Amino acid sequence: MANTIEQQRITCAIGALQTVTAIEKAVPILHAGPGCGMMVSRFFERATGYAGGNTAPCTNFSEKEVVFGGLDKLRENIKNTYRVLDTDLQVVLTGCTAAIVGDDIESVVSEFAEEDKPIVQVETAGFTSSNIVAHSKVVNAIIDQFVDKFYDRKKVKNKKLVNLFASIPYQDQFWKGNLFEFKYLLEGLGLEVNILFGPYSNGVAEWKTIPEANFNILVSPWFGKEIVKNLEKKYQQPYYEFPFLPIGANETTRFLQELLAFANEKGADLDEVKALAFIKREEKAYYAEIDSLATFLTEFRYGLPSFAHIIGDSSYVLGLSKFLLHEVGIVPKEVFVTDKTPKSQQGYIEEILKSTSDKKEIPLYFTPSGGEAQEKIREIQHPGRGLILGAGWDKYLAKEKDYDFLSIENPSPYRLVLTTGYVGFKGGLRLIEDIYDVVLSSYN
Amino acid sequence: MSKLNLDLPEVAIRETRLGSITGYCGSAKELVGHARCGKLKEGNHQFNQTIGCSVAQAICTVVMIQDAAVISHGPIGCLGCLHEFDFTYQQNGDLRGVANPTQRKLFSTDIEEKDTIYGGSQKLRTAIKEVYEKVDPKVIFVATTCAVGIIGDDVESITDEMADELGIPVIGIYCEGFRSKIWTTGFDAGYHAIARKLIKAPEKKQEDRVNVINFWGSDVFGKWFKELGLKPNYVTPYSTVEQLSRSSEAIASVQICATLGSYLGAALEQKYGVPEIKTSAPYGIPQTDRWFRELGKITHKEAEVEDFLKIQKEEWLPQIAKIRKKLEGKTAYVTGGASHGHSLVAILSELGMKAVGAAIFHHDPLYDNESVEADALAHVVEDYGDVPHYNVCNKQEYQLVNSLNKVRPDVLLARHGGMTLWGAKLGIPSLLIGDEHYSMGYEGIVRYGKRLIEVIENDEFVKNFSKHAMNPYTKWWLEQESGKLLGGKQNG
Repeated sequence: MANTIEQQRITCAIGALQTVTAIEKAVPILHAGPGCGMMVSRFFERATGYAGGNTAPCTNFSEKEVVFGGLDKLRENIKNTYRVLDTDLQVVLTGCTAAIVGDDIESVVSEFAEEDKPIVQVETAGFTSSNIVAHSKVVNAIIDQFVDKFYDRKKVKNKKLVNLFASIPYQDQFWKGNLFEFKYLLEGLGLEVNILFGPYSNGVAEWKTIPEANFNILVSPWFGKEIVKNLEKKYQQPYYEFPFLPIGANETTRFLQELLAFANEKGADLDEVKALAFIKREEKAYYAEIDSLATFLTEFRYGLPSFAHIIGDSSYVLGLSKFLLHEVGIVPKEVFVTDKTPKSQQGYIEEILKSTSDKKEIPLYFTPSGGEAQEKIREIQHPGRGLILGAGWDKYLAKEKDYDFLSIENPSPYRLVLTTGYVGFKGGLRLIEDIYDVVLSSYN
Repeated sequence: MSKLNLDLPEVAIRETRLGSITGYCGSAKELVGHARCGKLKEGNHQFNQTIGCSVAQAICTVVMIQDAAVISHGPIGCLGCLHEFDFTYQQNGDLRGVANPTQRKLFSTDIEEKDTIYGGSQKLRTAIKEVYEKVDPKVIFVATTCAVGIIGDDVESITDEMADELGIPVIGIYCEGFRSKIWTTGFDAGYHAIARKLIKAPEKKQEDRVNVINFWGSDVFGKWFKELGLKPNYVTPYSTVEQLSRSSEAIASVQICATLGSYLGAALEQKYGVPEIKTSAPYGIPQTDRWFRELGKITHKEAEVEDFLKIQKEEWLPQIAKIRKKLEGKTAYVTGGASHGHSLVAILSELGMKAVGAAIFHHDPLYDNESVEADALAHVVEDYGDVPHYNVCNKQEYQLVNSLNKVRPDVLLARHGGMTLWGAKLGIPSLLIGDEHYSMGYEGIVRYGKRLIEVIENDEFVKNFSKHAMNPYTKWWLEQESGKLLGGKQNG
C-alpha cells in the first residue's frame, strides 16, 4: 500500500464535528486552528445543518495560543456562544494545535457543565484518527458526559425501544434517507427506534432516552462498535449486529427476520405474525417492481453495464456487492475499501465478501487512497460495459474508460443528494433507478 | 522600500508585513483615513466563528498549474476541501483553452499520532519520491500544516535535498493555519514559494507579454489585450511550469485583485524589474480608465489605450445608462474579501445603487508595492462617496447576520461561499458571481447590471424560503450592535 493518500474519501478526526451538526439544535464548538471547520464542511456537501459550517464557533488558534495556550480564548468563546446562539447541546472538539500544545479543555468545559449546561468535550486532533473512528468518540462523549446525567437506574427499560447505530452522518451521504428507512422498517416490526440524527429523530430529547432502550443495533462491519460496547457496559444493553448496510430484498429480509428473533429473545414481545406479514408485504411490493423491470434488464439491446467496480467504505462495499450480483445482475469485479479499516478487521470483511458467492471471487483491496484504486482499475480490462460506483473523483476515470458512473461516496461534487437512501427494499429500488438513469442518459 | 524578503523560506505574515487587520466597525471613509495616518487598530474578537486558513489559499496558487503536483504535509483533514479545485479545473478549462483538463494531483502525507512524536520527515521524503514516480510532475509543492509546523519538521532542507535528488523543483510552502489570522496570507505564502524557487531570471524580454495574476475567470484580458497588441500570461491557474517560470520576461504585471496579487506583483518587480500596474483593478468607469491608462503608459501603448477607451465608451455608456434607470436608488449590502469587495461597491455605484453597508473580511492599509494608488477602497470612497456600516469582520457570520437583519437592503452581493445563505434566509435576493472577470471594464458593468435586475426581480424563492428558514441566532444577539463583541473602543 502506498505511503501517501491521494484523493481521500474520508477526512481526519475533527471531521466528526458533522456528527454534532446532524443532531437537531446541537452546535460543534471547535478549539482548533482556523480552517479546520471550513476544510470539514467543504469536504462534505451541503453540510451546514443548524449551526455547523460558518456558524460553528471556533477559537481559530493563532501563534499566541500556540505559545501561551488557548484556554482563556476557549472560555470566552463558549461564554459568548450561549449569548449569540440558541442551542440544545454544545460539543467542544479539539484540533491538532490544541492537542499538541496540551490545552486541558476538560477543566474549562467542566466549569460550564457544573452550571448544568448541556456541554461535552472530545479530543479529535486530526492526527489521532479518521472522522470515521472519531464519530464513535463523539457519540460516546455525548453519552458519557451528557446523556448519563439523566440516567435513572431505577427506571425499567422500555422493552420495545432500541437505539440504532448505522450510517455515519455526512460521511455516508445517504445518511438521512438510510436512517429514515431503518426507522420505517423497525417500526414495521413493532419496535420504537432512536435514530438520534436528522430531522426524523427527536433531537436531544431522544438522546436522553438512550439508557431506557432494551438493546442496541449496530449495522456496520467495524466502525461504531465502541458505541455499542460502551452502552453494553454502561446500561447493560446487549446489541444486535448486522455487518453491512442491507440493500435490496435478500439482505433486508434476513436483517429484519434475525432482528425480530433477537428482539423477542430479549423480551421485546413483538407480535411475530404481524411483523412477518409486514416483511412479506414489503418484499411483495419490491418483487413486483423487479418483475416489471426484468424484461428491460434481460432484453435491452443497446448495452447495459455487466460488471462494476465499487470504491467506498466497507459497509457499502459489502452491501453493494451482494445487492448488485444477486438482485441486479451486475457482477462486482475489483472492489476497494477506502475507510482505513484497521488491519485486525480486514480478514472479517474479506470473509463476508467471500460469502457473496461460491461461484465467483471478488478481488478486494484496502486503501484509503482513491488514487491508488484508480491506478488499479486503469490497469485492469474486463469484457463488457463497466460501471464505477465511487466518489466524484472517479467520474474522470469512468470517462477515461468509457464506463458508466454513479457517485456514492464523498467527496461528491457531481451529485446532489438530499433525502435519498439506499437501505432496505425501497433503497434497493432507488439504487436500481439511479444506476439505470445514468446508463439511459448516455443514449441520445 | 518593500518588506518582501525572498531569501527567507517563510513569508512574513500580513499582520506584520502590511499591518492588516480583521476587526473594524465604522465607515469606509474613516477606515481609509485611519489606515493612512497609521491609526489602524485590530479589534479583539470576543466571539469567533470558523474561518478559513492559509492552507487553502496557498494551495490555490499552485494546484491549478497544469503540470504541478501538491503534497499537503499533515493529517488528511488539511486537504479536506481541496477537491473543489479539481472540480473548478475541470469546468473552467474551456475558458482558458485547456481542452482536456487533467485530474489535479493532490496528495497527503497522512500524518498520524506516531509521526507527531518521531517526526514526519521520513514520511515526507517517501511521499515526494512516490509522487514523482507516480505522476511525473514538473514541480512538486509541499504545503505545511499546523501539526508539522509545531512539531518542527525541517521541510526546507528535505525539499531542497529531494529537488537535488530528483532534478525537478521541490518547493516548500509555509502556510500553517495558526500563523496568520488573515487567510489571504496563504496567497502570499504560495507566491513567495513560486517567486523564490520557480520563476527563473529572464533570458529575453517578451515585448507583448503582460502577466495577469488571477484565479480562473473568463478570458477577458485576452480580448482586451489583443486590441492593444498585447498578450496575457495568466498566472497561475492553467499555466504550465514552463510558462510560469518565464513570468520574469513579461513587460508588466496586472492583477485582478490586489489582495490576491499583491505579493507576486511586488516580487516580480523587486526581483526581476517587471513593473506592476499599481492602481487597483478595472472595476467601475473611473477605475477602468485609470487602469488602462497606467497599463498604456507602462507598455507604451498610450494611443492604443485612448482609442480603446473611446470605443468602449461609445459602445457601453448608453447601455449602462439604460440599466441604471432600472436599478437607480436600490440599496445593496456587500460581503467579500478586500479588495474584490471594494470593487463590487464600485460596480453597484455605477449602476445607480447605494451601498448601505459592507462586511469585508480583512483590511490591508497598503499592499506590498506600498503605493496609495493600489488602495481600492480609497478609490471607491473618492469616486462614489462613503459607505456607512463598513465592517471588517473576518468572515464572521454572526456579524453579517446582525447587520443584514437591520439594514435589510434590496440585494446582497457576496463574493465568498456560505454568505448568500443569510441573504436568502432573510428574504433578501442575493447574488454571488464566481468569475471575477465578469464585472470588469465597461461591459462588465452591463453584464453585472443585467444579472442584478434578474436577481432582484425574481425574489419569489427567497421570500418564500424566509418564512421557513432556520435561525440559530438569539433574539438578544440580533438586537445588539454588530460590533458589540469586538471589544474595546474601535479605531480612533
